[in-house]
This record gives sequence, C-alpha cells and structure tokens, in this order.
Amino acid sequence: MTPSETVIRVEHLRKVYKHTIAVEDISFDVGRGEIFGLLGSNGAGKTTTVECLEGIRRADGGSIRVLGLDPQRQASALRGRVGSQLQESRLPDHLKVWEALELFAGLAPRALDWRELLNAWGLAEKRSSSFASLSGGQRQRLFVALALVSDPEIVVLDEMTTGLDPAARHVAWELIEEIRDRGATVVLVTHFMDEAERLCDRVAVVERGRIVALGAPVALIDEHAPELRVVFTAGDRDVGWLAGLDHVRAVTQGGPRVTVHGDGPVLALVAAALVERGMVPRDLRVERPSLEDVFLGLTGHHVED
Amino acid sequence: MQRRLHPLRALKAVLRLTWVELKLFVREPTTAVFVFAFPVALLFVMGEIFGTRGDSDLFFRGFEAMDYYVPAYFALVAASIGVIMLPAHLTGYRQGGVLRRFRAALVPMWIVLGAQVAAALVLAALGAVLVWFFGWLVYGVSRPADALAVAVAFIVTTVCFAAIGALLGALLPAPRAAQGAGLMLFFVMLFVSGTGPPTEVMTSLMVTIGEWLPLSHAVLAIQDAWLGFGWNSTALLILAAVALAASLGALRAYRWK
Repeated sequence: MTPSETVIRVEHLRKVYKHTIAVEDISFDVGRGEIFGLLGSNGAGKTTTVECLEGIRRADGGSIRVLGLDPQRQASALRGRVGSQLQESRLPDHLKVWEALELFAGLAPRALDWRELLNAWGLAEKRSSSFASLSGGQRQRLFVALALVSDPEIVVLDEMTTGLDPAARHVAWELIEEIRDRGATVVLVTHFMDEAERLCDRVAVVERGRIVALGAPVALIDEHAPELRVVFTAGDRDVGWLAGLDHVRAVTQGGPRVTVHGDGPVLALVAAALVERGMVPRDLRVERPSLEDVFLGLTGHHVED
Repeated sequence: MQRRLHPLRALKAVLRLTWVELKLFVREPTTAVFVFAFPVALLFVMGEIFGTRGDSDLFFRGFEAMDYYVPAYFALVAASIGVIMLPAHLTGYRQGGVLRRFRAALVPMWIVLGAQVAAALVLAALGAVLVWFFGWLVYGVSRPADALAVAVAFIVTTVCFAAIGALLGALLPAPRAAQGAGLMLFFVMLFVSGTGPPTEVMTSLMVTIGEWLPLSHAVLAIQDAWLGFGWNSTALLILAAVALAASLGALRAYRWK
C-alpha cells in the first residue's frame, strides 16, 4: 500500500470501566481507502476502541482524531461522515425495515438512496417486516445498510458476520470490498481469522487492551509464523538430502509422504531440486501458516478461548 | 463539510421521528389501553357512582361531578403517558441500544427526546378528546368556559409529564422496573390528586402528598380553566418549573449513560 492520507489516528488510547481496564494503551493509524482490521478475542478491547472512535464512549486517556476531528468535542462536524454498524444493538421491535432505513436516511445530512441499499443487502423482500421478525443475519445486514445510508467516508463494522451462515458471510465479504471500492475506509472488528486475512489490508492483533502485532496479514505471517510446510509423495525414494538445501529446517518422512519444514522461498527451492534429480511429484504443494498461527504464537491461545 | 444542525433540518428530524414513534405506538396495543381506555373507563365508574347530580355544594367544587372529572382526566391522560408509557419505552431504547444507534449516527439527544414530547402531545390530545367525547355522549358534559386557557394548561401539563417520563426513562434500570415504578407512581397520584375521590373528602395528609406530586397541580390548572376560574398561574408555574427541571435532568442523565 502506498502511504496515503491518514483518516484515523489513535494515540495511547486508554479506557477504564469501574474495575477493569478495557483498553490499556492502543495506538494506530488508518489510511484513506484501507480495510483496517482489529482482531482479537472477546473482551480484548476491540469494541471499546471503536466505540471511542464513534464518539459513543469518552476515552480516559490518549487522543483520537477521526478525519482530523475529535469525535467527542467536534461530533456535529462528523455527522454523516462515519457510519457505524454497532454490535448488539436493537431497533424497536415493531419498526419495519424500510421505516428504519428511511428514518436514518432522513436524519443524515446527505443520504444514499435507501432502496438501493435494501436490494444490495438482500433485504428487498423483507422491506415491510418488523425488526423483531428478522433473523440474526437479516438484522446484521440491516445494521450494515443503516451504517451506509449516510454515504460515510469511514465505515465501522463490529463483528458484522457473526450470526451469518457461511454463504451469507462470503456475500458480506464481497460487499465489504465493494464499500471500499466505492472509496470508503473500513474499520473491521472481528474475531474470525479467515475474515481478517481475506479482507484486511492491515490488521492489529489486540490482546488485553494492547496491540501485540500490527501489519499486513502476509507480513504478520512472515514475521510471526514463518514456517512453511512443503508436502509431497516420494514413494520409496530417500529424500533426506533435501535437508541440505537453503531455507530448509527439517525433513520428515512418514511412509511415502514427505514434509519439508522451511521458510521463505522453500517451495521453489525444493521443487527445483526435485526436478533436477528427476523427481516430479504430482502432489507437490505448500501449506502456508495463517493468521490463526500468528495469533496462537502471539497470545498462546486460540481466539475462541 | 457539515456544520451545526440547521434549525429547519432539526425540526424535520424531530417530526420524522415523531411520526415513527406514533406508528410504533399504534402497533403496541397494551400501552394504548392505559393511555386511551383507562381514563374513559374510570370516568364511566365515577359517572355511575356520582352520576350527574349536582346535589351538594360540598363536593366537586360546587359543580356537577362530570364537569369536575372530565377536565381532571385530561390531566390523567397526560400523566399515564408520562409515567407509564414513556419510562418503559425509553428504558427499552436505552437497554436495547436504540439510543446508541442514534448516538452513533450523531443524532443529538434533544432531537430524540423532542420527538417523544411531540408524540406525547399528539397522543394526549387524542386521549383528551376521547374523554371529552365520552363525557358529552353519556353524561352530557358541555364545553369549557375558556377553551384557550384549557389548551394552554393541557399543553403545559403534557410537556411536564413527558419530561418526567424522559427523566424516569434515564434513571430507571430496565423496562420492567420502569413499568412497576410507573404504575405505582400513577396510582398514588391518581388517589391523592383529585382524580380519584374529590378533594373535599380527602384527609389533610392526602392533600399534602398530592401537593407534592405534579398531577394535583395539572388537574387544578386544567379544571380552573374549564370551570371558569380562569388562569391558575401558580399551578402553571409549578408545572413549567418541573418540566424545565426534568428536561434538563433528562438531557444530562442521557449524556452520561
């Protein structure tokens, strides 16, 4: 990513609830047009962080600038420029889908055509249903549509795919990319590793109110979980010599199946060496570490724990 | 870049939200029962007990019973909106995160509360017309002595109770608690404010308790205008002061939630 205009700057954010420190010390910048992820377990401080961005909560320490403005003191100047989907927030039970969209469109300084959002987010056939009758997934999609109706420059999505079935999640991912392609900056709060890896330009791994790692998913993986595994079937031929190659750390052979542990360009090196010796396994492939491995390495636990 | 909210836009936002609130009210029949049916039912009970006899100068300020109760129940309609309907409604909004959603859209809190007051005015006016219509139809209750004074007293009363409702909605923890506290407050006020037994038969303790609660002043303000005693400025000032204090308290309380 080329360096671009900073639209969000968070410096040493701190937020304490009665007896617990929700956010200890969090700093990050988000550039215009980025999809920026906050990744972590429940209670890590992600939601508190974005609520401070949204101006819903007042920070106890540090400073926040959203589009150059203080979300607490200059809230009126930010009206309509930040769209928030909000986790776990209801609408009145008897409010209909179209009424909610029309209402929030009417409250925004400059609104998109809410009927288009209704179609884009698959709510057209539910337009006259009451909020109480919507499924979890339909509610999520309505909340995202509400976040987008003011045509915001920054969109904050907090656990938006929680409660969606796998097919709906993939549709949601495409729509998030579409939001960005239309020019908005996206802040995505999630505890789904695959979601962060697939969507985010940069990810901040949040643990106990602090950022323990920050960077592009690929860079994080390179840095914190660099080991690649190259796997293929060698039949009964001995391949112990592979251990002598650069970037190879170990070779294990269990029956006909060989696993080469290494890093960096290990796949290309192994492949070239095998071809050189006349071996052309058809199933040669690399198993890449994922953000899950990064998370496990950094925090010592899985995200669901 | 957007600057401060233009007054016209703000007014439009209040009206838009008011319209949505009215639609939501219509879809929630249980609250409609209390706001519309209960005062009429109570009027019927009082009418059956006391009838239209004006047989004594000792009761009902010297007027016929129904001429006394009809304007008093205008105030009761407003009180039921303020202490029963609004606290439960707003605690629900607070707990369910509806207010957070408005807040995230940076809709000022006074717009949300303003819409509650506006919706309360519309509903209270409908409820009062219903009470009057019933009183006229069944007991032949006639017209107010000073319609303008009645209207002003009624508006001040409704705004006062709506503000109290907003404040209770900010302070009470949950819709159930709000319902319980609201009903209790409503019935206590009902019995000591001249809306249950006429003031003349109440003990001095009841009168004193009543004087500390807003409904007695609302009843007097509307009744005086209706019966021809003119503007009750003391009662109106008390109601206006309570309205102001409760509004400021509510805005402050919601800011900190």
